[in-house]
Amino acid sequence: MMKSSRNRKRKLDATILRTATNYLLPLLLMFSLFVLLRGHYLSGGGFVGGLIASIAFVLHSFAYNTKRTLRLFSIPPLMLIPIGLVISFVSSFLPVLLGESFLTGVWFADSVAVIGSVGTALFFDIGVYLVVIGVVLTILFTISETVQ
Amino acid sequence: MISNFILAPILVHMLTAIVLMFFWKKIRAQKTISIIGNSIAFLVSLQLSISVWQNGNMTLQVGGWEAPFGITFVSDMLSATMVMLTALVSLCVGIYSTEAINTSRIRYGYFVIFHFLIMGLNGAFLTGDIFNLYVWFEVVIISSFVLLTLGGKKRQMEGAVKYVTMNMLASSIFLTAIGILYGITGSLNIADLPEHVAAVENRGLVTVTALLFFVGFGIKSAVFPMYFWLPSSYHTPPSAIGAVFGGLLTKMGVYSMLRIFTVVFTPDDFIQGVFVAIAVLTMISGALGVINKRNLRRILSYFIVCHIGYLIAGIGLYTELALVGVIFYLIHDVIIKSNLFMMSGIINKIRETQDIYRLGGFYKDYPKLSIVFAIILFSLAGIPPLSGFWPKIMLFQEAFAQGSYVLLGTLIFASFITLFIVARIWSEIFWKDLPKPNSEEIDHFCNFHKRGKIALVLPIVALAVVSLFIGFKASFIFEISERVAYELKNPQIYIDSVMNHLK
Amino acid sequence: MELLLVFLVGILYSAGIYLILRRSMVKLLLGFMMLGNGANILIFLMGELSKGKAPIIDGEESQFTDVYADPVPQALILTAIVISFGLTAFAIILLKKVHATTGTDDLDSLNVQDLDI
Repeated sequence: MMKSSRNRKRKLDATILRTATNYLLPLLLMFSLFVLLRGHYLSGGGFVGGLIASIAFVLHSFAYNTKRTLRLFSIPPLMLIPIGLVISFVSSFLPVLLGESFLTGVWFADSVAVIGSVGTALFFDIGVYLVVIGVVLTILFTISETVQ
Repeated sequence: MISNFILAPILVHMLTAIVLMFFWKKIRAQKTISIIGNSIAFLVSLQLSISVWQNGNMTLQVGGWEAPFGITFVSDMLSATMVMLTALVSLCVGIYSTEAINTSRIRYGYFVIFHFLIMGLNGAFLTGDIFNLYVWFEVVIISSFVLLTLGGKKRQMEGAVKYVTMNMLASSIFLTAIGILYGITGSLNIADLPEHVAAVENRGLVTVTALLFFVGFGIKSAVFPMYFWLPSSYHTPPSAIGAVFGGLLTKMGVYSMLRIFTVVFTPDDFIQGVFVAIAVLTMISGALGVINKRNLRRILSYFIVCHIGYLIAGIGLYTELALVGVIFYLIHDVIIKSNLFMMSGIINKIRETQDIYRLGGFYKDYPKLSIVFAIILFSLAGIPPLSGFWPKIMLFQEAFAQGSYVLLGTLIFASFITLFIVARIWSEIFWKDLPKPNSEEIDHFCNFHKRGKIALVLPIVALAVVSLFIGFKASFIFEISERVAYELKNPQIYIDSVMNHLK
Repeated sequence: MELLLVFLVGILYSAGIYLILRRSMVKLLLGFMMLGNGANILIFLMGELSKGKAPIIDGEESQFTDVYADPVPQALILTAIVISFGLTAFAIILLKKVHATTGTDDLDSLNVQDLDI
């Protein structure tokens, strides 16, 4: 009896949460991109942006379940880690090809509208962003899987 | 010399790990990529060592930020030696792992984590920034946590709790020490610190900070009061993982001590006394611990503790000859400890037990393999002219010359116990007949396919040849050790190579 | 403010070490989290506090004209927080697994393999 009442209660809560999540998920993802892009001179960056994005997915998995959240990804979140690492690696290795030290910031001469000047630091941050999403989601989904 | 090449040993392992992640569940691809990556890393490390040997220190200011402000990577002869040893051990253990690690562990990313671990080790050996050293330490310990718990048997979990607890504690203490050091000096660059440390008026605070570093590194390298986590965790994972841990992880702590206590802090009499006392107690506790053990891998774990004492003792004596002994012993110890763990793995594969009383008749069944094992065991005991002999003699000599007779006595005692236990291992496992001839216990090795046998035996033979080389071409290793010790005693070489742009 | 933080660091360290010495695995984990936070605040304190002085140079100027907050400790803390985040996540998974395999929260009962020699 305890169990059934708990189930009913969860369903009741979930309606509000699910409706809210449907709007919050894209909003949070957009906010995470905003934080990622403003990160070079202002507070923000790949790590924080990645955390915000993964929180969005975690919220989604609270409202529905882990399986359904995983269906949002066309590749498993684990694969985001190597992809992010490759982006970061290439962006930090690029200056070596230009005869500079590893990890030196290299910038394009023209700046792009909205984003501002584009350089290796931005791509490094994008890599970090993907790695953080991959790591956090893998860890959290591992923890929540063992619970069920 | 300023060159991006210094990062190559780190980046090769990182790239290997990244590529491995794309082939997550493909066992055969994982094995091949790992061997290729290890081989490239080996060649690159060899190239780095030769370059440092010929042209002196190699440095890199990452991101183009000059020395006291940015992160520096420095390779002097000590770093190059450690990187070379890491590359050798990781190549051998990597080949050995392709057969010794079961497929389910590989499927959970054994090789990925393995390469991240080696990357972390290389980073720790090459960095010239004390906080960056902390970060590499964390890379190493997180990877080692995963390797230790991979596969998740009950024994493994129990060992892992102790390992994780002590290593996290060590990291916290290390971080605290860095915080205080930054507070009193305002710098984190290892080459920039000595000047600032010398200028601090409150000498007591400097000593306290130095000892905090010693405690942090000491826990990681398993010295006296905090060694117990090592014998209760290193025998639980598969032998290939034990080989990397036993050979390299504790030596990372010793490397950091060598670095910090030669460049940043110059030990005064008090700190030297602490080192010697801790070394004596470490050797005694390791030697006493080893006597009543019957599980082969537990014996090896206590050997690690016991022989860390030799290294700490050499640092404590702090003369150039003692440091030569330390470096020589370090080179010998890394090779021999990894090899011993791999050997225990093969014995376990053949007889399915680690209990030396239940083992036996090995020489009768596998004479050729037994000869290789004999070389490893007698190198460990330091029977002349094998590799353990020379550094021990140097340390004995120096302890005698410095008049620390207690240390000399302990060194001899520990060597004697080592010899005694090696003799016991030899007679129990190799000479004695198998106590209970039990058909299912005898041969698990024969039905291995040929490639598998080669993958298991070749690394052990290769490392045994290296120990023979160390023993018979001792003059060459002696030359390397002398150069390293000279650089350690004259930290100005290290400082100048980093700060040369300021002149 | 400094004095308050000094006491806070002391409390966090002592509480952390006290919790590590308990027998429960959950308290062990909490202890490490407190120790990590204590270390972070210690580093923060070591960089001399200065309120509202971000270490950013204005567009028109080429060097600092005012007292500014030391950016290094902040970078160090950020790194240390990221690392402790990873460590804590790992430790939680480990402790869950240990609890699942051994069925106990008591650290003193985890010495079965130490008893066999």
